[in-house]
Amino acid sequence: MTAPAQPLIVGAGPAGVRAAETLVKAGLRPLVVDEAPASGGQIYRQRLVADERSSTALYGSEASKAETLHRDFAALAGRLDYWPQALLWNLRDGKADVAVAGTSRKIAYDGLILATGATDRILPMPGWTLPGVFTLGGAQIALKAQGCAIGSRVVFLGSGPLLYLVAWQYLKAGVDVAAVLDTAPFNAKFNLLRGLTLEPAVILRGMRMTAELRLRGVALHYGVEDVRVEGDRRVEAIMWRQGSRSRTLSCDGIGYGLALRSETQLADLAGCRFRFDQRDRAWLPESDAGGRGSVPGVYLAGDGAAIAGADAAELAGERAGLALLEDRGLAHAPERAVAIERALSRIGRFRNVLESAFPFPAHWAKDIADETPVCRCEEISAGEVRRAVGNFEISELNRLKAVSRIGMGRCQGRICGSVAAEILAGETGRGIDAVGRLRSQAPVKPIPLALTMAATGGAEAAE
Amino acid sequence: MSRRLDVDVAIIGGGLVGSSAALALRGMGMSVALLDKGFCGAQASGVNYGGVRRQGRPLEQLPLSQRAHAIWPRLQALIGIDGEFLRSGHLKLARDEADMAALEAYAEVVAGQGLGLELIGHNGLRERFGWVGGDVVGASFCAGDGHANPRLVSTGFASAARRAGVHVLENTPVKGVTRNGAGFALEAGDDLSLSARFVINSAGAWADSFAAAFGESVPLARIYPSMVVTEPLEAIMTANIGMEGGGIYARQVERGNCVVGGERALPLDDPDFSRPRGEGALAIMNRAAELFPGLRHAHAIRFWSGTEGAIPDHNPVIGLSLTTPGLIHAFGFTGAGFQIAPGVGEVLAELVRDGRSTTPIDAFTIGRFAPVPISTRTDRGSGAGEASEPQHPRETRS
Ligand SMILES: Cc1cc2nc3c(=O)[nH]c(=O)nc-3n(C[C@H](O)[C@H](O)[C@H](O)COP(=O)(O)OP(=O)(O)OC[C@H]3O[C@@H](n4cnc5c(N)ncnc54)[C@H](O)[C@@H]3O)c2cc1C
Ligand SMILES: Cc1cc2nc3c(=O)[nH]c(=O)nc-3n(C[C@H](O)[C@H](O)[C@H](O)COP(=O)(O)OP(=O)(O)OC[C@H]3O[C@@H](n4cnc5c(N)ncnc54)[C@H](O)[C@@H]3O)c2cc1C
Repeated sequence: MTAPAQPLIVGAGPAGVRAAETLVKAGLRPLVVDEAPASGGQIYRQRLVADERSSTALYGSEASKAETLHRDFAALAGRLDYWPQALLWNLRDGKADVAVAGTSRKIAYDGLILATGATDRILPMPGWTLPGVFTLGGAQIALKAQGCAIGSRVVFLGSGPLLYLVAWQYLKAGVDVAAVLDTAPFNAKFNLLRGLTLEPAVILRGMRMTAELRLRGVALHYGVEDVRVEGDRRVEAIMWRQGSRSRTLSCDGIGYGLALRSETQLADLAGCRFRFDQRDRAWLPESDAGGRGSVPGVYLAGDGAAIAGADAAELAGERAGLALLEDRGLAHAPERAVAIERALSRIGRFRNVLESAFPFPAHWAKDIADETPVCRCEEISAGEVRRAVGNFEISELNRLKAVSRIGMGRCQGRICGSVAAEILAGETGRGIDAVGRLRSQAPVKPIPLALTMAATGGAEAAE
Repeated sequence: MSRRLDVDVAIIGGGLVGSSAALALRGMGMSVALLDKGFCGAQASGVNYGGVRRQGRPLEQLPLSQRAHAIWPRLQALIGIDGEFLRSGHLKLARDEADMAALEAYAEVVAGQGLGLELIGHNGLRERFGWVGGDVVGASFCAGDGHANPRLVSTGFASAARRAGVHVLENTPVKGVTRNGAGFALEAGDDLSLSARFVINSAGAWADSFAAAFGESVPLARIYPSMVVTEPLEAIMTANIGMEGGGIYARQVERGNCVVGGERALPLDDPDFSRPRGEGALAIMNRAAELFPGLRHAHAIRFWSGTEGAIPDHNPVIGLSLTTPGLIHAFGFTGAGFQIAPGVGEVLAELVRDGRSTTPIDAFTIGRFAPVPISTRTDRGSGAGEASEPQHPRETRS
């Protein structure tokens, strides 16, 4: 191994890009790996093939931020190593295993910044596995990266700002949006007024999008309960209840999501300590204000550390970069660090507002019908999970995984794990924070059996 | 506030050994406490490869292994679930003539033990097990062997024990055991005091400290076999696969996932837990892709490992303590305790009730480690507990 140990950054989204920039400015040469083919992360994801759409058409109000991020990252070329389409699948003993271009490389690093982002959080409902049901993120990716819609008459369902954003993006793209079904009651939205002083631009933008949806005839329904997707071989309609009224709407595509959940497996494999976060209803890696994890030399930034959105991700990436510089005894702009922390704490307060305006319908878990599949990888229904809890007197999540297989499939519990925890909490009458957390195992995503280990590691080997 | 419990038998360790003993003892009408520092079946018994195999075991284990063999097909009646036990047969492959000669020699040694081994040549192998590729010259087939789901079996025995009236006390580590009059006093968990006439030490890789506390030292090491599982695939493998000389073992579960093992993992900072090394897992994956053409395009979805107690001579310790009446040991299964554990449970119950076992267990006496001059010590082991591994580690499990 001849490669000098570089700082390693996982993720080239807003957080990873700003972390990289901070290190490069200080004269370090980080290695950035991302499994996506281009930088930008989730929100500023780039299209796969160039098309005639302008960046405003792609990123809407965030177009200039997207352009800036892409440009700033491109400007770092030559001063860092960047591996796109590179999956970091294992961390052990201060080394990373990265699958890139058909082989696996072992990377020694000096400082690790995890900017792994988030994925959609969902709760199963009858019919959610029918073709035509997508996550909100998936619906957006289809539009952004591939320029195609998930249906010709689409319903958006769930909770969180992304619900209205994606509905609006579809409307703008000329798709027939049949309705937006919000799981939160209308009066929850009054909480947004408290956000006006914190992030006026964001609140106003949200209001504009909602108004535009309404104006263009999109029905907005609040306090939606008992949702089920109907269809024979694919989505044909969606049914729900509002108060005492049952309603049905025909559609051929559904975008569904209940906000986001952090991607934390790498932090777990790195040995970071976790804490339960009430706001995200999830176990998250502990970190200090600078993004330092409990393991020296491991830093966390962006939605992978806690859900806070893209602007916060950029700030947190820079802050984690500064923390790494400081820990190495390099110049680290302490005033800037303080300013970032102040901005992040304001965004944190804003997140509390959003959470009260778009609450997670945790009570749904208790009511998931027994026959509803909750784990699509392993084809396990809610009833099977409940029976496993009863038959084996299970009180802890990893034990539930052992006896029911939930969380053992392709997604490794990234999708079904939080559902399993909610059901277990419901069945045992305990808090979601008292049923434990799924231990992560490598590989964090599936890798081919035939993947071979490259003879040499290090960044130069890939060039 | 401290709790007190008075039982006939206290069992330290709720792995498959401890919980099958608990169930058998309840069946004899005894009162039993089964204590585990974590959850029953969460250590080696619940995370192992799942090989239910007699083939390949040393001769002295076979009577016990045969006893267990009779229990496996009765799981449904015994614990209420079949544990996904599948009598698929165990096919042990030979890479070259020397391997094949070793398989032939083994078949000769164990003839008459009831294993019904069948030696298969290259052509027979291609005809009957066409899904095996790679450079394989022949095999030995044990049709009565198979595999099962360790997560269900181990948890299932503990649940059945609980239903039968065993005091199953999880998250209750035993902190101290002392001889107390005619029996024992145990301190466990935060506030539990137990008294028991008998104590079974089935604490797996942690059992040596309890033996040492009674003046019996055992060269118990820890090993961490690495496991890899693929995504569900169409039915490919019809038998549980082992390899003469080690290196790889593989099986396909009913759901379609292939489970493959063959390397050693490393402990984490907390040595009670371990995780495979990346290169170790890749080596297993590559070997599987090479040996089974049907797996060439498959993906691995998860690795794991577990903590197993290993003894240099590859045999467990099973039997009465030689220093302390009422104390019974059963540990150190060296990577091969899953199949025999239900038989061991019955033997332990007999030891409690009768003071002796109807199945021969003399070879497993704890007395065999009494200090003897090095020169007279026989060592058949290949060093399962040693840290450095040969290229194709000689694995005893599969
Ligand atoms: C599908 C989706 C769509 C979203 N759309 C919006 C939106 O329109 N507006 C909005 O405000 N917010 C949106 N969000 C929220 C958005 O994720 C964040 O606001 C922002 O992108 C967070 O930036 P980040 O840098 O923390 O993570 P991300 O942007 O998610 O970037 C993380 C990157 O890490 C990479 N990565 C993760 N794990 C590995 C690994 N093991 N190996 C290699 N690479 C890895 C990923 O490929 C990804 O590119 C969306 C989220 C999702 C999941
Ligand atoms: C990865 C792996 C693969 C394997 N593959 C196979 C195979 O294919 N076939 C086969 O036959 N065998 C296999 N084995 C071996 C087999 O799993 C073990 O030999 C067997 O399960 C041992 O059972 P046990 O009950 O002795 O140990 P364990 O299951 O480890 O149980 C011991 C228990 O004692 C508890 N304990 C420890 N200290 C205390 C304390 N102070 N107080 C209370 N409780 C305590 C532990 O928490 C644990 O639950 C494998 C092992 C591993 C790790």
